Amino acid sequence: MGRKILLGKINIPGIKTYEVYRQNGGYASVEKAFKMTPDEVTEEVKTSGLRGRGGAGFPVGMKWSFIDKKSGNPRHLVCNADESEPGTFKDRYLMEYIPHLLIEGMITSSYALGANLSYIYIRGEYMWVYKTLERAIKEAYAAGWLGKNIQGSGYDLDLHVHCGAGAYICGEETALIESLEGKRGNPRLKPPFPAVKGLWQNPTVVNNVESIASVPWIVLNTGTEYAKIGIERSTGTKLISASGHIKKPGVYEIELGVSVEEFINSDEYCGGMIDDRPLKALVPGGSSVPILPAHLIYKTAAGNDRLMTYESLSDGGFATGSMLGSGGFIVYNDTTCIVRNTWNFSRFYHHESCGQCTPCREGTGWLEKVLHRIENGHGREEDIELLLSIQSKIEGNTICPLGDAASWPVAAAIRHFREEFEYHIRFPEKIKNRDHFVHEPFEKVRHLIKKETV
Amino acid sequence: MEKNNYTQQINITDELMTRINELISHYPADKKKSALIPVLHEVQDAHENWLSIELQNKVAEILEIKPIEVYEVVTFYTMFNTKPVAKFMFEFCRTSCCATRGVEDLMDYASEKLGVKEGEITSDGLFQFVGVECLGACGYAPMLQLGDFYHEKLSKEAFNQLIDDCKAGKITLHDK
Repeated sequence: MGRKILLGKINIPGIKTYEVYRQNGGYASVEKAFKMTPDEVTEEVKTSGLRGRGGAGFPVGMKWSFIDKKSGNPRHLVCNADESEPGTFKDRYLMEYIPHLLIEGMITSSYALGANLSYIYIRGEYMWVYKTLERAIKEAYAAGWLGKNIQGSGYDLDLHVHCGAGAYICGEETALIESLEGKRGNPRLKPPFPAVKGLWQNPTVVNNVESIASVPWIVLNTGTEYAKIGIERSTGTKLISASGHIKKPGVYEIELGVSVEEFINSDEYCGGMIDDRPLKALVPGGSSVPILPAHLIYKTAAGNDRLMTYESLSDGGFATGSMLGSGGFIVYNDTTCIVRNTWNFSRFYHHESCGQCTPCREGTGWLEKVLHRIENGHGREEDIELLLSIQSKIEGNTICPLGDAASWPVAAAIRHFREEFEYHIRFPEKIKNRDHFVHEPFEKVRHLIKKETV
Repeated sequence: MEKNNYTQQINITDELMTRINELISHYPADKKKSALIPVLHEVQDAHENWLSIELQNKVAEILEIKPIEVYEVVTFYTMFNTKPVAKFMFEFCRTSCCATRGVEDLMDYASEKLGVKEGEITSDGLFQFVGVECLGACGYAPMLQLGDFYHEKLSKEAFNQLIDDCKAGKITLHDK
């Protein structure tokens, strides 16, 4: 059993309530932090090696150290609870079942940053979680953990939860800030970065829920202890949202460094494949990261065991690797049609593009349309090259990373499953039904591709 | 903004106004506009789940911003409706993980069961279903959202039960 530093207390009856949370050691990190200087708290987080858990993996302590303290403008901490990356549902689990852990993390982290007004930005669809947090915040105010002169420390903090209204793009930190200001979620040009000009042009740090919820443990047990968990630059534990064709989908807290093979097959985690069907593909870090074919899942191209770490999952670059991303771990068996799944993702990105940058606004639509016609038996021989051409023109040419996120899955699907695209184009009569690989998995018809061209 | 013939009875009750003022108090006094999205949710919930132009104008007046500032937000975010919707709107997540676990079959079933196509409202005004993008419930697929709540790990039987519960008045749409 790995250590559980985030979900360890989740099964305690009543842990959602302030009283039970406090009786079980809750808010101790705030008490400890108040005996330290804000910079000492930041140093602990730096020492821990904690990396941003939203997807980018940027070191949290370093991000904190960029916040502008010289201007004297009010500073803000904003928690990114917009969780919208397909495959990811971990933050919701944490906030739903142990909301005070996030609030405790917000107080300790806001203290480190010198922020006196902080927000949790949650996606609008998680409305019942928004209400859960709102109630928990009221409890925290009533118990003297928020407001003026918290626990006699002289430190003031107001914390509120703010809801979005259905826009994936608001998970991008500058779009999130725009949305928090009551506007459309159009990402801003950087620089200036939020650490200098963020919410209402004030210095702002935006961190993921899981990152902030890790701070109490780090402050209480020291960054050095946290850094002992995990391997290499992948320190600590990570919440993995597991879904797809596995026996036990759900949220699991792992010590970074568990092997992918163990994670998929052990009873402690995913419990193996449904109906023991063959594993076909894996999206290890949310829909934006490259999909991996079966032969690159348990082993890297170099023949090493593939581990659940930032480094191992990206081993081989985009040619043969992927990314840990947000930990949205989607497992596909042999009944999955990769073309259909890629079209599904492209439809998502087309729908979610904010429309600000032409390559993304137009390109995501093109990707969706071309993939749709291939999947529906109207593909043309040149379509595969056309897809690669479109995705290469979006990638790197947009203000925010949504464009990259829309292009990478398409490029990776063609890179590893090109024959499946060719099959769709050459044998349209065989893919008429949307469940074409359910009764006749691609492996059984792959030989048709090998025959001389029609 | 598209002008249409739908009409809506606007009723900002004292209770709703108290809640709106509470939301406004979460932001600095000169940043009232920040409350826009949370306020729109509350106002929409209290007005049969949609926002007419007149209602949007009213929100602009309350927040002391220009109507266009409300329109551009309402049209950007998918959770705001600009025309009447059914009392019970089932929003099925259709993205990869849910598609992998059978949501397309379930939506076909919903269409058959309700006798309407995606997006259409049943003649009694009670039901409507649509496909939406990832709702963050990938491990509990297939699923749908109804009001403020999720209904997860659905089957045809569970969907039938949900419809019966809606008709029997057993479903709470909003957590107030």
